[in-house]
Amino acid sequence: MSMQGPIATHRQATGIPTGRLAVWWLLASEIFIFGGLVLCFVLFKLNGTPGFEDASLTSVAAGAINTFVLLTSSLTVVLAHAAIEEGNVEKSFKYIWYTVGFGFVFLGIKTYEYTGKIIHGHIITENLFWSFYYTMTGLHALHVIGGMIIMAIISFDIKKGYNFQRVELIGIYWHFVDLVWIFLFPLLYIANF
Amino acid sequence: MSQATTAVQKEQHSEHHQELSFLYKYILPLDHKIIGMQYIFTGLIMAVIGGYFAYAFRMQLAFPGEIVPLYGLVGPGEYNMLVTNHGTIMIFWVAMPVLIAGFGNYIIPLMIGCDDMVFPRLNRLSYQIFLASALVLILSFFVKGGGFGGAWTAYPPLSSVAEYSLTDWGSSLWLLAVALEFVSFLLGGINFITTTMNSRAPGMKMMDIPIAVWFIVIAVILFMASVGPLIAGAVMLFMDQRIGTSFFLPSGGGDPLLWQHLFWFFGHPEVYVVLLPTMGIVADIITVFARKKLFGYRTVLYTAFATGGLSFVVWAHHQFIAGIDPRMANVFVVTTVLISIPLAEMMFCYIATLYGGSIQFTTPMLWGLGFLAAFLIGGVTGIYLGASAIDVYFHDSYFVIAHFHYTFFPITIIGMFAALTYWFPKMFGRMMNETLGKIHFWGTFIPFNCLFLPLFLLGLAGQNRRVYNFLNYPDLARQELHDLRVFATMSLVVMLLFQFVFIYNFFVSMFFGKKAPNNPWEANSLEWSIPSPPPHGNFKTLPSVYRGPYEYSVPGRESDYWPQNEPPKK
Amino acid sequence: MIEFFIENASSFASDIDNLFEVVTWIIGFWFFVTFGTFVYLLIRFRRKKGVKAQYVAGEKHSETKWTHYPHYAVIAFDVAIIALNIFVWVDIKQTLPPRDNMIRVIGQQWSWTFVHAGPDGELDTSDDIATANDLHVKVDNTYHFELQSRDVLHNFSVPAFRLRQDAVPGRTINGWFKPTKTGTYDLQCAEMCGYGHGIMGAAITVHTEANFNETMDQIKKGTYESHYQKRRGTKTEAPSKISKENSKSTFTDVLASIF
Repeated sequence: MSMQGPIATHRQATGIPTGRLAVWWLLASEIFIFGGLVLCFVLFKLNGTPGFEDASLTSVAAGAINTFVLLTSSLTVVLAHAAIEEGNVEKSFKYIWYTVGFGFVFLGIKTYEYTGKIIHGHIITENLFWSFYYTMTGLHALHVIGGMIIMAIISFDIKKGYNFQRVELIGIYWHFVDLVWIFLFPLLYIANF
Repeated sequence: MSQATTAVQKEQHSEHHQELSFLYKYILPLDHKIIGMQYIFTGLIMAVIGGYFAYAFRMQLAFPGEIVPLYGLVGPGEYNMLVTNHGTIMIFWVAMPVLIAGFGNYIIPLMIGCDDMVFPRLNRLSYQIFLASALVLILSFFVKGGGFGGAWTAYPPLSSVAEYSLTDWGSSLWLLAVALEFVSFLLGGINFITTTMNSRAPGMKMMDIPIAVWFIVIAVILFMASVGPLIAGAVMLFMDQRIGTSFFLPSGGGDPLLWQHLFWFFGHPEVYVVLLPTMGIVADIITVFARKKLFGYRTVLYTAFATGGLSFVVWAHHQFIAGIDPRMANVFVVTTVLISIPLAEMMFCYIATLYGGSIQFTTPMLWGLGFLAAFLIGGVTGIYLGASAIDVYFHDSYFVIAHFHYTFFPITIIGMFAALTYWFPKMFGRMMNETLGKIHFWGTFIPFNCLFLPLFLLGLAGQNRRVYNFLNYPDLARQELHDLRVFATMSLVVMLLFQFVFIYNFFVSMFFGKKAPNNPWEANSLEWSIPSPPPHGNFKTLPSVYRGPYEYSVPGRESDYWPQNEPPKK
Repeated sequence: MIEFFIENASSFASDIDNLFEVVTWIIGFWFFVTFGTFVYLLIRFRRKKGVKAQYVAGEKHSETKWTHYPHYAVIAFDVAIIALNIFVWVDIKQTLPPRDNMIRVIGQQWSWTFVHAGPDGELDTSDDIATANDLHVKVDNTYHFELQSRDVLHNFSVPAFRLRQDAVPGRTINGWFKPTKTGTYDLQCAEMCGYGHGIMGAAITVHTEANFNETMDQIKKGTYESHYQKRRGTKTEAPSKISKENSKSTFTDVLASIF
């Protein structure tokens, strides 16, 4: 591993590597963004805003398959991390691309869902439920796409032999994206409280 | 831990002697000092714009309907746009970039004894996003319909529906600019926190970190924890504006009050986000020039934690009369008034620091003391507004304006001058002219009081904010009230004229001032142990730290200061 | 203290004024004690040749008591302010005393509509009287108001009554006031509501019983001249600037020109 950048980057007064610490803080701020959105959704729902009964129109099957896909991709990203810890670049590269592939499957199912909804006239402006549905899943999908792009970049970096630690960092991020979905799925697909 | 995640921890200083081209040194720098200065200069330019706006609308209030020299006619829509963007600029594009990002960038690595921020490229990126946000904001003034004029709080439906605001793209660009600015500070903030947590010099324990650094980091954490819901809200508002959703529109099932909750959940901690950096900088300044140890370092730190924590549960005091359940107001009165407890303690500690000192009234010290005096007025007048029954009368009146300018002006402007004059020798390697500095201080501080004290009285007389001509209201058109308005405006003009003294002093001293030694103020913290200005990479050999930053006038020592990195005698 | 600047013309105005005065004494005391100490320390401990500063860490009890004891006093005063405030607040906003009459206040960009409930004291009946920018009430009668907005946020604010409440579109907000002095007072919009926010004023006139009935009759017959217009037209005490501005253009002209 090469010594890049300033000495500051390589100090560890807390005992935690700098990159991991930064990703934790990044995710902490992300939690507040998604948390704010989820909180608004729940408040409207508890207030009995008209339109929220449309939650029954979302496809539980598609949501469940997507949950499964994302959970599996979390597994592959863990395997990628385990492989790079052993120094096995090829194996890690392979598992990163499995994860990216699962990302594509997720987005594909998402696109299928969106199309179906739009065909049936459930567009974003129909009522507040659909506004929240598209905003929340859309913001989540942007995070998925962002994660996939970064993963692709990292996969070529490690092939060239540097930034191995970033496999772990993107893994942490990917788990977070997964976790957000775990919250969104029951809220938007199965909740009838 | 395995080889992949462990960095090799050998700290040899690599010599960065290759000369960088002008482009990479000043335009696309990775050096935290240059990035800090970029923030500071961008902030100063935005401060000029904000001050110019203040001048234009104050002139309109004093001489309604007349052409304002150097500006032109201020109509009602124009007036709204001026006050809105004055507020937005001063908070988001002056207070935050100069105090947090600018000085944070400049002093954090120097004060904790490392060579740079942990992520220099992220640092550069966050400045570039910030610059883009400033340009988007400036662009918003010139689009069709003019700049956004719905007040800096941007309450929907006014901000979300173009037919109501009459500024279709002005509103959206304003929102986009604010959102970009938040992203920039989130990225910068991650950098600040990680740097301070991980990259301190060997031997520097948590309680050896200068208060200035501590407070910037606490401010950044407050910012990160409070801004998230508002970013979500900004996304929702933007979709309301451009896609036609109705998150905040009652006709479509939404709720305008939701935005107010999201905004003020951020907006109140934001006050402490900008307050704490100045408080920290002032702590460093008064200890140096009183030659005193900070009174109760731990107490000051814990009161900052308490203030920060409490600031998350007080937001609805901005909404006492906004249509929330009146019973809920009582809870927020209690939390709001309670916030005076840690702040009063912090203030007492600062004042107690002066006891037994040897106080030298240099320019930075004058600014620091001026901050304490002015902020005291801002702090105590806050009690009126925290009491909901009095707030019924004062809400959105000039009393509120006077109150928060007595907090934000000391924080932003006085704090900025304190920091600039204090670190000027370090930043540019030359001393500022003391006489001109003192003229500038008094020429700013006295008109500042003459400007905002009359506004308290106008607030008592029932004058509401954001009204572009009070002569429309017979109760407010009385001659004696109008005289107060003219007096306040004239004070502003005098204050603005005195800023030319500073500009002259700043640029002349930068190039022709007396050469500054390494440690002109005989201060303890690490940045004064290296040449002024510090070279690329900051420290020739990275320092170790042996004691806290405020060991002044220690008994039994010959000199009255004791640098943090001076090894103890065997 | 506030009544020095503006009349207090409603039943709860003096409650707010008195609370303001109590708080002023409390914080005035603290301000002068703190500021006095501050200035004293600056003068007493200014730099003198040969005098070295003391080393005080502020960690021992003998030292911290100087900040802690005043601090406990601050807490005591805080509790007093909170308690007094809650009494007044509950009275003004949380309880509705029995009413004598009702009005409905509707804000829209950029004018006010007032619906007087008429003699039967009920809204939405045939004897309702609606006026624009001109509200008439009887002295010493308790009024309940229903506050609504047609578009954006507005704020129903009558400084002389110490009354202020946001109007939120999609909601009806209830409140009350009881005028105690006859006269005509300003009513301002106090929440940013767009281009014409600065001119979204109205007049509120407090009548005696006889006067009130006469005005209502005039409104019904159509012979009534708006107090708001009259008041803006005369502007007797206003400085010379106004007449000059009036001759230029009225604000309604300015408004009309943008549509």
